[in-house]
Amino acid sequence: MTATIDTVPRSTAGAVIPALRVRDAARSFGAVRALRGASLDLREGERLALLGPNGAGKTTLIRAIAGRVRLEAGAIEIFGRALPPTERVRRLGVVPQEIALYPLLTARENLEAFGRLHGVAPASLVARVDWALEWTGLRDRARQPVRGFSGGMKRRINIACGVLHEPRVVLLDEPTVGVDPQSRERIYEMLEELRAAGTSQLLTTHQLEEAEKRCDRIAILDHGAVVASGTLDELIAQTVGGERDLVITLDRPVAQAVAGFSAENGGARLVARVRDVGSELPPLIERVRGAGHVITDLALRRHGLHEVFLHLTGKELRE
Amino acid sequence: MITTLMRISRITLRRDRVAQAMTFVLPIAFFSIFASVFGGASMSRMPRVRVAVADEDRSDMSRYLIEALKADSSLRVRDSVAGSGTGAAGPIDRARAEAMVRGGDLPVAVVLPKGWGATFPNLNGKGMRAEMLADPSDPVGARVVTGLLQRAAARVLRGGVAAEGSSAAGASGDEAGMLVATHVTNVVGDRRDSRRMISFYAAGIAVMFLLFSSSSGGGALLDEQESGTLERVLNTSVGMTGLLAGKWVHLTLLGMLQVLVMFLWGAAVFGLDLLGHLPGFAIMTLATAAAAAAFGLVLATASRSRQQLSGLSTIVILVMSALGGSMFPRFLMSESMQRMGLVTFNAWALDGYLKVFWREAPLLELWPQLTVLITLTVVFLAAARVLARRWEVV
Repeated sequence: MTATIDTVPRSTAGAVIPALRVRDAARSFGAVRALRGASLDLREGERLALLGPNGAGKTTLIRAIAGRVRLEAGAIEIFGRALPPTERVRRLGVVPQEIALYPLLTARENLEAFGRLHGVAPASLVARVDWALEWTGLRDRARQPVRGFSGGMKRRINIACGVLHEPRVVLLDEPTVGVDPQSRERIYEMLEELRAAGTSQLLTTHQLEEAEKRCDRIAILDHGAVVASGTLDELIAQTVGGERDLVITLDRPVAQAVAGFSAENGGARLVARVRDVGSELPPLIERVRGAGHVITDLALRRHGLHEVFLHLTGKELRE
Repeated sequence: MITTLMRISRITLRRDRVAQAMTFVLPIAFFSIFASVFGGASMSRMPRVRVAVADEDRSDMSRYLIEALKADSSLRVRDSVAGSGTGAAGPIDRARAEAMVRGGDLPVAVVLPKGWGATFPNLNGKGMRAEMLADPSDPVGARVVTGLLQRAAARVLRGGVAAEGSSAAGASGDEAGMLVATHVTNVVGDRRDSRRMISFYAAGIAVMFLLFSSSSGGGALLDEQESGTLERVLNTSVGMTGLLAGKWVHLTLLGMLQVLVMFLWGAAVFGLDLLGHLPGFAIMTLATAAAAAAFGLVLATASRSRQQLSGLSTIVILVMSALGGSMFPRFLMSESMQRMGLVTFNAWALDGYLKVFWREAPLLELWPQLTVLITLTVVFLAAARVLARRWEVV
């Protein structure tokens, strides 16, 4: 990726303009309100994870940003401007969840085809395709039909086909679904290279660990609206708070939990919620020992995105 | 176990309307078409043969014979034409009759030469011959008219000349015994008939498979929808109109190549005279392939899945091909079925190919077929564009 950002776009008031801004996006399909005022900002050069249960409206939101779903209300701006469709497709790169490739075409032919369709100038097409083959690590397989590729290889070409035209904003719909850990690692290395070149990335995923570790910020969408957004720490602070679980393993199960603890694993583990580790931990340990139990192990369990996600969206099945 | 599997199959069939149509409707439709053409009710109502009569004799006898022919319910006789831009009103002469047969307006014309009435009836082979101007693409027409001519002659004799003592008693099956001696002239050409028949079948089969390959090619849209490439392409600067145009041009060129390969094979193996009819072939193939490609796109955009397209195209194309003359010549059908066949794509395409290869008609005479095929192309493309709106921005 050779695109570079010369300056950070700012409004006349001096505020940093986000690469992508969605404001109060609303859309219904019949009686189903797919988007109910969803809003989010994707900052320049960041990777934002868009999470949400199935049916929350993620795909509709991505398609609306890509211009494939018409909004009934709200606005979508790219670098501060509501772009007409022709300019929007030039600025945006869309990587679908499906392996949207022509299986009988080789890797190079697929890249050339989508490069042309995305308007890559003929003079630079060969260079862009060569870059993509290098970037995906598939130069050696360039002349083979993608039909015979592994899932991870197809995923990489799938991503490359969406960024050949050097978009400054890339929408990635579950880019690592169904691939092994090695391929996932490679895909994130590729995305990291893109980001280093200044590309902003909005990524949907059900892999909470990826959102936690690989993304700068997280937005959680539910029932067509963004219910929370921020860094992981901010989300934890906004929702489940900074409490941690003290988990004490005993040498034998207890019939009755010690006061202040709940029993887990048939009474073999005691769990207590701790807000101030330094002051609360010693008396809790003493309380267990005072009850005559032998402690064989002890751990502090930090709340993560999993808890935040369930806290915000509930445990009820959505489909 | 078996009952469970049967239940699954039964429920699946009950919910698959295309499979139901393929199982029950298509066979009935085919049976009905074939029964109407070759047997049953239609045989008792043989299609009326259209025949022109050029009376060069203008005798009482020739007039009686024409009246007797007109009275025959198996014939539709024309002995005069209304005025038009190309000719004046008046009785049909030999040249006009030949032009009508050549142009495919009717399959046969009878010319009663000057002096014919004086030698009627043909006894002992001394009568003048009536000339039958025939179109060999309809081998039935000339024979039927020859037979009915004898019946009409017998009626004339029973009503008038018979009183003079002449009778048909001596008439036997040979020409010498026929009341009206005839001589058949193939005005569309009397050579290379087998090659012409090959061109007929080449065109018939080519048009049918052109439709199949076009609908299958159009189905690529559904494959792309399934794989996500359609959505991806629509995320580029290519709009739906551009996408359909690209598919249509590709399918048109592919269709032309398909027909060309078939005719080349016919020329190489079966002696089909392709080189002698190249301009007409090229024009008809372009128009036919363009319309078939557009029709394939209509079927594809109207279908929700490949499976549905497969069933729908099989039903529609086979019925169209049967009615439109791809499976058997339309002149074998009743007039109502022939008229019905004109709603099909195949009939117009085949009529055009027949004009080129059978009638050796000048290119300008292809205008009705080309007009219809081009109109159909535009209509099909417009329909496909409207149907494809479901894939656009929602």
